[in-house]
Amino acid sequence: MSTFLGMPSGSVGGYGNLPPGSGNLAGEVPFPAAARAALDNARLRRNLGHATATIRAKRAAVVGEVPDWEALRDAGEAIKASTMARLPELLEQLEGNIVARGGRVHWARDAGEANEIVTGLVRATGTTEVVKVKSMATQEIGLNEALESAGITAHETDLAELIVQLGHDKPSHILVPAIHRGRAEVREIFLREMPGVDPALTDDPPVLAAAARAHLREVFLRAKVAVSGANFAVAETGTLSVVESEGNGRMCLTLPDTLITVMGIEKLVPAWTDLEVFLQLLPRSSTGERMNPYTSTWSGVTPGDGPQEFHLVLLDNGRTRVLADEHGRSALHCIRCSACLNVCPVYERVGGHAYGSVYPGPIGAILSPQLTGLDGRDTNPNDTLPYASSLCGACYDVCPVKIPIPDQLVRLRAEHIEAHSDSAHLPTPEGAAMRAAAWIMSDARRFARAGRAALKARRGIRRGKPIIPLPPPLNRWTASRDVPDLPDETFRDWWARTHPQDVNAGPGEHE
Amino acid sequence: MTTDNTIARDVVLARIRQALGRTGSMAASAEPVAPDVPRRYRHAGEHPPGSPALVDLFVDRLEDYRARVARSADDHASIASTVRETVVLALSPNGTEDHADGGEVQDGILTAPGIPTAWVSGIGTRPDLGTMTPAELDAVPAVVTGSVVAIAETGTIVLDGSPLCGRRALTLVPDVHICVVRTADVVQTVPEALARLDPSRPLTFVSGPSATSDIELNRVEGVHGPRTLAVILAG
Repeated sequence: MSTFLGMPSGSVGGYGNLPPGSGNLAGEVPFPAAARAALDNARLRRNLGHATATIRAKRAAVVGEVPDWEALRDAGEAIKASTMARLPELLEQLEGNIVARGGRVHWARDAGEANEIVTGLVRATGTTEVVKVKSMATQEIGLNEALESAGITAHETDLAELIVQLGHDKPSHILVPAIHRGRAEVREIFLREMPGVDPALTDDPPVLAAAARAHLREVFLRAKVAVSGANFAVAETGTLSVVESEGNGRMCLTLPDTLITVMGIEKLVPAWTDLEVFLQLLPRSSTGERMNPYTSTWSGVTPGDGPQEFHLVLLDNGRTRVLADEHGRSALHCIRCSACLNVCPVYERVGGHAYGSVYPGPIGAILSPQLTGLDGRDTNPNDTLPYASSLCGACYDVCPVKIPIPDQLVRLRAEHIEAHSDSAHLPTPEGAAMRAAAWIMSDARRFARAGRAALKARRGIRRGKPIIPLPPPLNRWTASRDVPDLPDETFRDWWARTHPQDVNAGPGEHE
Repeated sequence: MTTDNTIARDVVLARIRQALGRTGSMAASAEPVAPDVPRRYRHAGEHPPGSPALVDLFVDRLEDYRARVARSADDHASIASTVRETVVLALSPNGTEDHADGGEVQDGILTAPGIPTAWVSGIGTRPDLGTMTPAELDAVPAVVTGSVVAIAETGTIVLDGSPLCGRRALTLVPDVHICVVRTADVVQTVPEALARLDPSRPLTFVSGPSATSDIELNRVEGVHGPRTLAVILAG
């Protein structure tokens, strides 16, 4: 990873006039304010530190035992890029194959349209409850809330989603939405919210898992309609797949009469053989397992086995906007493994809620602002997300499809600065400082003088902080950063003193 | 399809074509070229299907994910006796070997309709006719099925909804799943397995019993799917 610290090339933000997405893609407060609140929560930091350390170690162990991991990443990256380049044809192929196998395909331009389609399909069955498999797409569009306002109860069946739903909480991780909860908190939530739970419930994870099994069993056995997402769809065969652990996915995909799957248009792969790559990359990257306990695949309707009515809802909701940007479109390659969250020093400390969007962490910091657009105002929460990173590059190193997240963060920062000057007709403080630096650094004499001038500030710094606090907005920089100790002389002066014979051939001060 | 949805379909496809620079005047995008996919990863492992080293690896992976494993010779009589021992052991209240000796086999065990009847001779099983409701399946103590392929490196068995494997609900709702895997069907890698599968069938890849990592990201066995997975390796 050596390219991302450079300036972004080409024009910034080629999104055309394609509409942004709606739904749960942005929070209410900018990231710095939300992060500050999260950092005050010691229990949250302890839970996150423990959970992310556990999953990092597991991932590293199972990735380390795969001799061809890098070759799989290269293939995964290329398959996704190839998919995006052929997306219209592949979607039509998928649609044709699903229809040929007895399924129906619906298209949704945005969150509201997707919710309307699903609500209408559930209503048509006459039922007032659905079981749900954990799905980022339905979180994104706010489907549960839409169903509720239509009088339909949505039962989340994934254990972590259940913890979130019973706790009247929001998900904070792509894979483990209740990662911010420790076992003691899970026990408290179950005791308080789960009807008929054993009052002697302990906080032993197997006991908690057994409580969830008992709680949901009846619901699974009576459910008539299920709603799922999809991890992958294979265009050439019309095959959909759900990758899961608990068996709640299998319950939803198998037992009800009707299955409704909501899937972003980018979840496609061209061919059946492409799954051989992703079924290796995804489990090891996400839960740190060689293979997750259950992966289901289905192609339309199978007579006598599973739901006899199948609907696929294909969702745009801002994805075409992201696709339009040639640099940004690789954010659509994401397979939602969440490895980038688990290695991110920022995510580990602030947790997922601080990002506002249902997509937190490094991938969320590039995906959410592209889906919704940046408006250049610092009060827009998603405008602050590209800065929620130290650009350490760990997210790229673990990404199974090699999304250049740090590159994209830098590019989105540039886009934010451009949008800011467009909307405010004033540069940001960073923008002004960078412009001043560019003026100084573009002239050797100015640069030498500035270096000597900076040395005079040396006595004004003690233990990394200015003795006299800097005035706003400069104090926002030094509040969270130390100023390095300054040397006694500049490099140029040192060179001139120690290499008198080389002065003219030296580092190039043309005096 | 409703008229509304035809409009939405046309709009979304038109947006995609525009995003890819095929229509309209995009500022930045040139139409992307689909790259060739480098497939330098392993398509097959170093061990041929069913080889002893591979079967050992498969057993190790299964046990790592808390599946029970029993070995058997490939003849029907050996399989039948191993199935019987496995059923008794899986259904005994404390799961001990002592209890398995001469223990009674519970009634109501189902089998996938297409397994050789000789595999379950001497046990009171009946084949699944595909008519039981989920609630009725919930009262079934155990099921015995075959499998179509198994992946050694990941400890995975694959069911394809064929008569040998049974419909999907059969291996999901009952709490004990006993699965006979022929060693000849054990391959080393994921690509080898996918090449043997028919994607038009409903497939279930099973790696150990139902589990979750949702509490503090530690793996815990036993949630909604069968809490006991017993694999009988025949051959």
